[in-house]
Amino acid sequence: MIDKNIDQLKRLKLRKNAEMRLKVYGILSISLALIMLATLMISIGLSGYSALQQAYVKLEINVDSKKILDEKGGFSNQKALLVNWDGIVSNSFITNFPEITKRSEKRSLRALMSSNAGYELRQYFQKNPDDLDENITIWLSASDDFDQYMKGRFNTSVDEKDRRLSNQQLKWIDFLAMEKISKLKFNTSFFVNADSREPESAGILGAVVGSTLTLTITILFALPLAVMASVYLEYFAKPGRLTDFIEVNINNLAAIPSIVFGLLGLSVFLGFFGLPRSAPLVGGLCLGLMTIPTIIIASRASIRAVPPSIKDAALALGASRMQAALHHVLPLAAPGILTGTIIGMAQALGETAPLLMIGMVAFIIETPDSFTSAATAMPVQIFMWSDSAERAFYERSSLAILFLVGFLIIMNSLAVFLRRKFEKKW
Amino acid sequence: MSFSTLLLLIIAFSLCSFFFSSSSAFKKIKSATSRPSALPKHYGQYSLAWTLFPAFLLLIVFTIIGPIYVDNFFKQQIALTEASYDKAKIELILAMIKNISNGSISSDEPKILKLADEYSNYLSKIYLFRTLSVLLLSSILGIIISSNINILKNSRVKVETFYRILFFVSAVIAIFTTVGIIASLLYESLRFFALYPFFDFLFGLHWAPNIAIRSDQVAAQGSFGMLPVLLGTILVALIAMIVALPIGLFSAIYLAEFASKRVRDIIKPTLEVLAGIPTVVYGYFAALTAAPFIRKIGMTLGLDVSSESALAAGAVMGIMIIPFISSLSDDIINSVPQSLRDGSLGLGATKAETTIKVVLPAAFPGLVGAFLLAVSRAIGETMIVVMAAGLSANLTINPLETVTTVTVQIVSLLTGDTEFDDIKTLSAFGLGLALFAFTLILNVIALVVSRRLSEQYD
Repeated sequence: MIDKNIDQLKRLKLRKNAEMRLKVYGILSISLALIMLATLMISIGLSGYSALQQAYVKLEINVDSKKILDEKGGFSNQKALLVNWDGIVSNSFITNFPEITKRSEKRSLRALMSSNAGYELRQYFQKNPDDLDENITIWLSASDDFDQYMKGRFNTSVDEKDRRLSNQQLKWIDFLAMEKISKLKFNTSFFVNADSREPESAGILGAVVGSTLTLTITILFALPLAVMASVYLEYFAKPGRLTDFIEVNINNLAAIPSIVFGLLGLSVFLGFFGLPRSAPLVGGLCLGLMTIPTIIIASRASIRAVPPSIKDAALALGASRMQAALHHVLPLAAPGILTGTIIGMAQALGETAPLLMIGMVAFIIETPDSFTSAATAMPVQIFMWSDSAERAFYERSSLAILFLVGFLIIMNSLAVFLRRKFEKKW
Repeated sequence: MSFSTLLLLIIAFSLCSFFFSSSSAFKKIKSATSRPSALPKHYGQYSLAWTLFPAFLLLIVFTIIGPIYVDNFFKQQIALTEASYDKAKIELILAMIKNISNGSISSDEPKILKLADEYSNYLSKIYLFRTLSVLLLSSILGIIISSNINILKNSRVKVETFYRILFFVSAVIAIFTTVGIIASLLYESLRFFALYPFFDFLFGLHWAPNIAIRSDQVAAQGSFGMLPVLLGTILVALIAMIVALPIGLFSAIYLAEFASKRVRDIIKPTLEVLAGIPTVVYGYFAALTAAPFIRKIGMTLGLDVSSESALAAGAVMGIMIIPFISSLSDDIINSVPQSLRDGSLGLGATKAETTIKVVLPAAFPGLVGAFLLAVSRAIGETMIVVMAAGLSANLTINPLETVTTVTVQIVSLLTGDTEFDDIKTLSAFGLGLALFAFTLILNVIALVVSRRLSEQYD
């Protein structure tokens, strides 16, 4: 047995301590990263969940059908435009407070209803013309400040002059809430509307449709090109300068900042080709150019993972190189290509910067209906909302983030699932 | 007819010609005495390609060239009616004519109304011509090819050659994209440098593009010295790397060398969730949670922290880059051959000593490459800084102050309505060129470093 002296034992202890320290640093770093991930998600979740609800006010309304229906008894848009819907809403709303007679008080009372409540009422009668002439109870949106106060997100500690709601208005809201005239209900407008200046009627549908249209162009453009390019590079390219150059270009394009693709789109697609601004077509092309390298790299890896014996067997049986590639190798590589495509699409879905360059950052109140109509996308909508002054837009952008991240997690786990399911060890 | 209807029509035509040709080839092969050279479907594909692609290319060419041609024609017309107009005025009138002809504005000048009328007539004629020529080309080629099927000719070889060309063109698109990026950035930047001296842009200490509101204003030129913007970019990227590098590297070392397989299988995908979160989400977090938090801490310490501090943007960007560094480094550390570890452990080194003195030096070139890629990513990152960093270009290295970055400036100069001959718009392309060059150089260095320095161990 080797004689250990004190010094050696000390050194051994130091060395063991050093090992401990390295491990601790590692664990600390990982937990720090995980804590940050948790903080990010929890802080957004906490500020976003409340947007699932929205303050509505119950109103009793009776509208004369003569003002709205045409001779045949159908809903007349022209006549409906002339009706003072806001007046109907505020008159009905004010009946809750019979003691109020002063004009200034009435005005601040009216401000508690959403300025879109009249429009909502009109939409309701357009859908249900049979309810005209009847006494109906209908829930219409309250203003965004009303909504924030009911959710306890309104800062009442500030001086009254600097607040958007006066003490009197807060008392009214308390009264309405106590009498169950106003209530927090599920926020449907968030899911069925496009953007709006009023937070209470702003929704995400327009952005979702815009993103869908954009990604449709992206996948139609990027997937075929990327797959064809990868088959070429793996099966037909002769080693040489041109092939090297193509490969260097692909790797470089994968590392270029996304905003540069936006600049390319701005100066080539908009400036040179004269395509329309803010259109999903242009956005999709920019994102497509950005995604092609990602898909090519994934496709080439999965084509390369198919053992050469498959190709050799096909060639030996008399297939041409093209047949071997298209009939035998590509189907076996398809799951890998699909996974790469989904990951590329997830990237494109979350991408904002190039879309800002080509003008998809406009305020658009209509849901886009074609590839060339002005549209916006989900991440851009989040960006625009978080830039707005109204407090109620914050929670909406948080909720939109939760949806976007949810989408991305679904896409990514689908990719992981597909990879696990179809992964073959040859 | 609209672009998409035409496209659908020629696709329908080509499908018809596919089925017609393959069935007629099938019949001919059945009744033939000699051996056919290809399968019926190859004849089908052959005529499909001929019916679809020439017409498709023609359609694309018409769609791109048509409006440009009409515009030029009308510019000449406008110049003829009024000789005194200069180029800008002609552009303006043309834009007005276009807007009138698609009905978005109206005018009371009879001359312009007449031109607008002619414009829409002309445009519809061009589109009619496009429709007719595309359909004619597609149908004529389809009929000729599919009625002249000769089963003795080997159409499979022809079809495969066509595929091969198509595949090659798709691969070359990568080159076209790069060339397109460089050309467009250079073209617009050269226009900018014609208006503003190149060296003033590169070495100027003052960035204030928003001064030029009206051309008759005093100091209307605006000032486009890039250095403060560049310094801000580097500062933010530096903070990001200070956050991301140690955390990412230590995580990677732990995962690669110490963690059990089960821990690894759970932690690695979880960290990659961080990489999958869109940058706009980080921007939101930085602007609305991190920046106020850092400001509050600074206030309690008696420091004056700007609400758009470089620190907040940089720190959150660091969080974004952690998974990038950790997963790249993890792969690189894992690719160091096991024999090196075994040798070191066999000589009596502890695991930590092996990691630090043997594995990391062997992985060093790759790690440097990963680090440089991460830096290039931090420099090109846009949304976090757009939302959390400021717009004013301060020449400072104090992380508590507001700085601006190249990407922030590009976004702020180019959002909203942009005119291509405005110096502000063009300066954004100058910045874009600088950004592109910067990241390109970093990427190339990363590639060269990891190739040159790495040793072959096995």
